[in-house]
Amino acid sequence: MLLAILLTLVVGPPLVAWLARFGRLNAAWGAGAVTLAAAYALWPALQGAMAGETQLQRIAWLSAQGLDLHFRLDGLGLLFVLLILGIGLLVILYARYYLTSRDSMGRFYAYLLLFMGAMLGVVLSENLIQLLIFWELTSLASFLLISYWQGRSDARNGARMALAITGAGGLALLGGFLLLGEMAGSYELSVVLASGESIRAHPLYTPMLVLILLGVFTKSAQFPFHFWLPNAMAAPTPVSAYLHSATMVKAGVFLLARLFPALSGTPEWSWLVGGAGLVTLLVGAVVALFQHDLKGLLAYSTISHLGLITLLFGIGTPLAAVAGVFHIINHATFKASLFMAAGIIDHECGSRDMRYINGLWKYMPHTAILAIIASAAMAGVPLLNGFLSKEMFFAEAVGAATQLRLGWLLPAAVTLAGIFAVAYSLRFIHDVFWNGEPIGLDRTPHEPPRWMKVPVELLVILCLAVGIFPSYVVEPLLRVAASGVLQGPMPSFSLALWHGLSPAMWMSVIALVGGISLYIARAPLFEIYARLAERPGMYRRAHHLLERLYLWAGAVTRLSTPERLPHMALWVLLFAMTLALTGALQAGAELQGGRTLLPMDLLGVVTTLVLALAAIATVLLYRQRLVALTLLGAVGLVVSLIFVRFSAPDLALTQLSVEVVSIVLLLLALYFLPQQESRATSPWVVRDLLIALLAGIGMALLTFAVLSREGQSISGFFLEQALPGGGGANVVNVILVDFRGFDTLGEITVLALAALGIYGMLDGIKLQGPEADSDGRRWDPDLYPPVVATLSRLLLPLALLVSMFILMRGHQLPGGGFIAGLITAVALVMQYLANGVAWTQARLPRNHHWLITLGLSLATATGLGSLLFAHPFLTSTFQHLHWPLVGDFELASAMLFDLGVYLVVVGATLLILVNIGLMHRESHTPLTDAEEEV
Amino acid sequence: MLSVALTLALAMVALALALSLWRLMRGPSTPDRILALDTLYINTIALLVLFGIRQQSQIYFEAALLIALMGFIGTLALCKYLLRGDIIE
Repeated sequence: MLLAILLTLVVGPPLVAWLARFGRLNAAWGAGAVTLAAAYALWPALQGAMAGETQLQRIAWLSAQGLDLHFRLDGLGLLFVLLILGIGLLVILYARYYLTSRDSMGRFYAYLLLFMGAMLGVVLSENLIQLLIFWELTSLASFLLISYWQGRSDARNGARMALAITGAGGLALLGGFLLLGEMAGSYELSVVLASGESIRAHPLYTPMLVLILLGVFTKSAQFPFHFWLPNAMAAPTPVSAYLHSATMVKAGVFLLARLFPALSGTPEWSWLVGGAGLVTLLVGAVVALFQHDLKGLLAYSTISHLGLITLLFGIGTPLAAVAGVFHIINHATFKASLFMAAGIIDHECGSRDMRYINGLWKYMPHTAILAIIASAAMAGVPLLNGFLSKEMFFAEAVGAATQLRLGWLLPAAVTLAGIFAVAYSLRFIHDVFWNGEPIGLDRTPHEPPRWMKVPVELLVILCLAVGIFPSYVVEPLLRVAASGVLQGPMPSFSLALWHGLSPAMWMSVIALVGGISLYIARAPLFEIYARLAERPGMYRRAHHLLERLYLWAGAVTRLSTPERLPHMALWVLLFAMTLALTGALQAGAELQGGRTLLPMDLLGVVTTLVLALAAIATVLLYRQRLVALTLLGAVGLVVSLIFVRFSAPDLALTQLSVEVVSIVLLLLALYFLPQQESRATSPWVVRDLLIALLAGIGMALLTFAVLSREGQSISGFFLEQALPGGGGANVVNVILVDFRGFDTLGEITVLALAALGIYGMLDGIKLQGPEADSDGRRWDPDLYPPVVATLSRLLLPLALLVSMFILMRGHQLPGGGFIAGLITAVALVMQYLANGVAWTQARLPRNHHWLITLGLSLATATGLGSLLFAHPFLTSTFQHLHWPLVGDFELASAMLFDLGVYLVVVGATLLILVNIGLMHRESHTPLTDAEEEV
Repeated sequence: MLSVALTLALAMVALALALSLWRLMRGPSTPDRILALDTLYINTIALLVLFGIRQQSQIYFEAALLIALMGFIGTLALCKYLLRGDIIE
């Protein structure tokens, strides 16, 4: 099961996107092949599920936390897998003809496979949390698919709304799942489904139910959250056929079915689920009739049918659940084919407005027959699949009515919905294929390509086969799926066309006759609806709400991170001080922790004084930016001295290297900035000074309090384990490249991304620098003073030697890849400084991306290497060697990793600094020409 | 004998450190300040080496080596900025 999900979710999308480079149709072939491969991978499990087994597959992950990858395939899962893969395959075939040459096939199929994998994950999950993750993935994939035509604002808005609603529902669902998992004592579905009694008796049952239902209703577009679905119709039609009829919106009802044994059977369940279902059924059916957009009609009809399924689960009897499962199957087949037919019509007419497309029978009779049969199934006409499940539904409504006060209202409402369903189905048939001639189309409609109709044909044949021979075609699957839902004994039922003159039969007759008469008398109704529709609908209101939410969020963000740095610092400092003060007052501990203090010496006093004075001078002289930068250089220098003094040589070396890189970086930026801070004094200067002083004193006291007490730290463990466990005497380095190597891998990845991001942002930027310095002196004409140029060339090999030295011995003594990388980068930047870009680029590669790539690959490969020896990722090994001349030497695999770190740091630092430097090529016109020639 | 010399030398370097800082803060011109920072680097190197001798530890020497290398490049960048404004051109 894992294999199938991995194939579609992880392997498939990049594969088809890549295949699309070699011709757009390859993407379709690739997507089809991936789907078939997933089906093949699932085949044995599917056969088992068909035989009624419940299959579990557990892949240990974080077992200690109760988190494993845990999959489950039973009858219900089987049904959904068939829907997802079967209809998925048809949609892939259909979309190959639907998409025009302007649409990117690779992107489409990549998204589609992403969705398919996520959906498989939802229906195959045994663990609730895992299910939720896949659930959210379907929302994200749906967002990408709805907004596939990114240039259209309706597509973007529709996608955003769908994501906002289903995302909010997902959040509620998470809450519900957490409650449910705590009640059942496990997040495994097997346990949850078996502990229905205790869950229903739990005091938190109602809040849990409401939260889960919020997730279900948003996903399955139940009233009052239904409004996102019609607007999601901005998606390409294959997407609507797949996601918004057959699969994703079914995820909600899937969950109802899945949790049916655990949650159903209480009055809360009946009222909430049944109530929402009934209202949705009615609203959807009524509104569908008045849609002029073909897909709009289908969208509201989908809402209505989802309401029907929800209502069935809400009724709560086993037979109703069976009917619900049956209708899931039937609705998926006829609605997917109807969407595809609508797509064909849209494709051939260039419009979906039923007021303009009429009389298509003459132009595309083949498509018309298919659409008419599917429509009739939607209306519930006998001999088609929709009729069977609808009659079961009517029977259940009558059955439920006997147990309610004013119970007759339920069958009445249901019949009314049935009447509207017949009416809108009739409209789809009559308005499109007859009712005069097409109006104002820019082309003459004709039949679509042969293979575009094949998926529709297959689905329509299924509708007919199920409708005529239900007991042969669908009953085995239905029984297996329903037993998966009920997890218990099956009620007896028979799928037959004729059940005698039952009340359900009469309701069907009333619905058919009433629907036809309603459609004939539709003109006055349309007028009334047009007047009503002028009022803002749910979607408009929700849209405005969302817009206002964005504005509000923006205002809050601006409050906390204002454009002006002092305000930001003010908030951060005030907040930190409040927290620290509250903590300190509550703890009531002594300031002096009882450790004996070290004796004071002259040297310590002098360095501390230098540090303090330099810092104060920086603050006083901050208006002259270059001066402030020089003073900051002194501050950094003394800080590194203090690191040396207090036995942190690694830190000192890092600080020294970072210091120079920062000076270079700031100088590069300073060139484009005003040299003087404005003279105006802030009216708040006294307040700001006070707060700064308080914060400084607080920090000093806190540091003193921490340093003056014996703390229990984890450093003892690392000190003991560094040599025996990591093969290195330098604990800092062993932690970086071995114990916490995975963190470091993440950090260098971030560094690489940041460098590439900066490169991307600076690409093509040309800035004009000032002609003269802050005192009005023109720049010196001597670009590269020979003394400096010569000296720096001499210094380069020495600097590289130092960096190699620091890199090689990093595992044993202070040093390591990060420091060595900075030294190399600075030494190379020095060549750019002293000898110029043209000279350096003639000797060094212009491009530094490959360094980053090489470093990241090396670090990752070192990590993967340990997998070859059946150890977890990034396990380090080391060997004690005796080298002639050098002596004893520990050679650790972590040193290779460190080499990767080194390369990434060199590449990233060079990439950033040099590209910022190149930003103002234009201010040096004579040089630029020469450089371009090089 | 060595310890006396070391103490004296350390005191003198500390004084030099303080004086360099004075020049760094006073200026008056920017080249003065850059020179002061460079002198501060050199003072620090001396301080570290002397301290290393007194503590009989080699760890201080590497920090001194790095300051020598990095300090030069820092000064170079600041000077280049004074001359041309644009340091990588």
